[in-house]
Amino acid sequence: MALDTLETLAAPPLPATTRRRHLLDVDDWTPDELHALLMDAAHMRGVLAQSERLDTLRGRVLVNLFYENSTRTRVSFELAGKRLGADVTNVTASGSSVEKGESLRDTVRTLQALGAQIVVVRHSRAGAADLIAREIAGAVVNAGDGWHAHPTQALLDAFTLERHLGSVAGRRVVILGDILHSRVARSNVWALTALGAEVVLCGPPTLLPLAAVEMYTSRAVPGTGTPRRVAVEPRVERALAGADAVMVLRLQRERQQAGLLPSPREYTARYGLSPEHLRLARPGAVVLHPGPMNEGVEIDAAVAHGAASLIEEQVTNGVAVRMAVLALLAAGRMVESES
Amino acid sequence: MSETFLLRGARILDPAQGYDAHGDLLIRDGRIYALGPDLAPTADAAVVTLPASWVLTPGFVDLHAHLREPGFEAKETIQSGAAAAARGGFTTICCMPNTQPVTDSAATIAYVRDRAKDAPARVRPIAAISKGEAGKELAEMAELAEAGAVAFSDDGRPVSSSRLMRSALAYAAPLGLPIVEHCQDEDLVGAGVMHEGAIATLLGLPGWPAAGEDVMLARDLALVRLTGAKYHAAHLSTAGAVALVRQAKREGLPVSAEVTPHHLLLTDAWVAGERSGPLADALAALGIAVPPGARYDTATKVNPPLRTTDDCAALLEGLRDGTIDAIATDHAPHTTVDKACEYADAAFGISGFETALASLLALVHAGRLELPTLVAALTVRPARAWNLDAGTLAPGAAADLTIFDPDEPWTVEPGRFASRGKNTPLAGLTLRGRVRQTWLGGRRVYDVGGEYPSF
Repeated sequence: MALDTLETLAAPPLPATTRRRHLLDVDDWTPDELHALLMDAAHMRGVLAQSERLDTLRGRVLVNLFYENSTRTRVSFELAGKRLGADVTNVTASGSSVEKGESLRDTVRTLQALGAQIVVVRHSRAGAADLIAREIAGAVVNAGDGWHAHPTQALLDAFTLERHLGSVAGRRVVILGDILHSRVARSNVWALTALGAEVVLCGPPTLLPLAAVEMYTSRAVPGTGTPRRVAVEPRVERALAGADAVMVLRLQRERQQAGLLPSPREYTARYGLSPEHLRLARPGAVVLHPGPMNEGVEIDAAVAHGAASLIEEQVTNGVAVRMAVLALLAAGRMVESES
Repeated sequence: MSETFLLRGARILDPAQGYDAHGDLLIRDGRIYALGPDLAPTADAAVVTLPASWVLTPGFVDLHAHLREPGFEAKETIQSGAAAAARGGFTTICCMPNTQPVTDSAATIAYVRDRAKDAPARVRPIAAISKGEAGKELAEMAELAEAGAVAFSDDGRPVSSSRLMRSALAYAAPLGLPIVEHCQDEDLVGAGVMHEGAIATLLGLPGWPAAGEDVMLARDLALVRLTGAKYHAAHLSTAGAVALVRQAKREGLPVSAEVTPHHLLLTDAWVAGERSGPLADALAALGIAVPPGARYDTATKVNPPLRTTDDCAALLEGLRDGTIDAIATDHAPHTTVDKACEYADAAFGISGFETALASLLALVHAGRLELPTLVAALTVRPARAWNLDAGTLAPGAAADLTIFDPDEPWTVEPGRFASRGKNTPLAGLTLRGRVRQTWLGGRRVYDVGGEYPSF
């Protein structure tokens, strides 16, 4: 069933999936779980389109604990929580006891003592969400930890792609840019390969993680045991040939100072997604970017705002996907508590 | 109290003398008096009968430990560290100078020796190579040697300057003491917190490449060739480093090396909670379950980092063929707070004294390492590498002994460690083989069945 038809349905047709307490990453998600979540998200998109509010999380306390700056992810979680009826509080590192040197462990224990039942965390250190999940009784949603994982971004990217391509199974998705430092790339590989896509990681050799193909291919898709299809290709022309989708990553300027890149100029010429580069992909190929963009660096403005771009829709879909995630963690499938 | 003991019945294993047989050991006035089959008890001897399945060896010698005092007494004190050493069967422990103040003066050496006076292990201080371990100017090495330093090292802060390293080697040569290097090119290692490879990619943690060790060791060996000075490579962790030391020894360079139990036994997969590698394989072969661990378990964070199964295999081969002289613990105790944080922010180190023997015995049980080789690497080989007066049961030697049951299973419970550092990735695991008694200078300083002072 196509995802856009689901937006008009009252309830998703799939049976309830296994309950999960936390969303730390999507590396251990089965294709069935992913499909069910995407269907829930489609339903949530319908809820949003009709400006409805659900009471799935009524009386629950959701804390957005953000140690890194973020606009879209934080607001997206805030809106998702509120749409589901939760009491939402935002905590940022600046202006909190974190600035007085409080440890992450003590901070989350304090939030728990204040009644937090769902903690959404963004942190610069890989493993921060895992650490919190070991400390508290409630649910933890990883909103990005270091270079490790950004599972809701991967889910919203998968949702956006499925909505436009019908299915990502058998499709070629290129992730282009600074793969080494990207949690978005890492989580997307798990989600997209589990859904049957072939993922090609493309970027300058200095920004590609070591042994990525070996690592991903040695970890089969849970539930089905299917091997994941992942390739690494530093030559952009080869990577883009035949691509159905291109996901462009943000380039941080400090990579030049770290000696990883000669200059943004050379990067843009070789790896920036220009209209010419995009023409190497399949006709009708779509373009994603997790934001925030450096237009003119990793992506040409004409591409970012062109017909192939789904970048704004990603943001809209983000709210629906996060509603589905929060509902899943708090109440199993959202329909259970609704009916 | 009798000063004469006759220990009977155990398998006595002293690689220094090539002795490996069931027999008796006579101790008089703190020294080994005689060793052999069926010694007649002297009238004044207290007879201690040991089970035939137990093994009696010279007390273990550890070339690399952090006792944290002075300066970091919340992590460990010389007393608590020595008590932990005794529980692990170590009777001579060489402590690293990265204290506060850094052990770079005769006064601090004297302080350490004074604090260790009545400790249940012989504490032999290692002095810093450079003042404050800052890597800028040489410490007063001749005076430090006179004050009792057994070696020089800026452990934890590799000597980046090739010029200073050359000076240190040249200056130390006539003193007869080794320069001990923590082989690591800091520039190449950067912000790395674990081995660079598939697991670092999985976890999104900054990695440091094996080449970071190999580059530094290769530089140092070139400087040893230039100066002819005695050099010791600390805690090898890479296959490349083993090959470099092997080549250097073939050339006849005055080089020695050590490896830790954790680098022999554990892999980077442990950081992801995936417990693969020699220890897991050996325990599995013994029918002992190794449950998966937690991802980002900071107890696995150590410097140099846990590496791959191939590195473990090369290290074991190096130990067996004599390329690597010694097993050293790099005992590195930390407080809970130092470790209960984000992986990247956690302190490096494993509290190693109390699990060393039992974890290494897994290799023996699995048929991958001969017991005499293991015991030699814990006794005579480290002692000879640094000319320490220890590591043998030859008549006249100090009666420092380790007595262990190679088969007794026990579960690692850090809460019961004598060490203040409870940081071990082996917590909760069942191991086979346990130190039963440790003797220091003819006195029993540890007995698993007895009561001990806690520090």
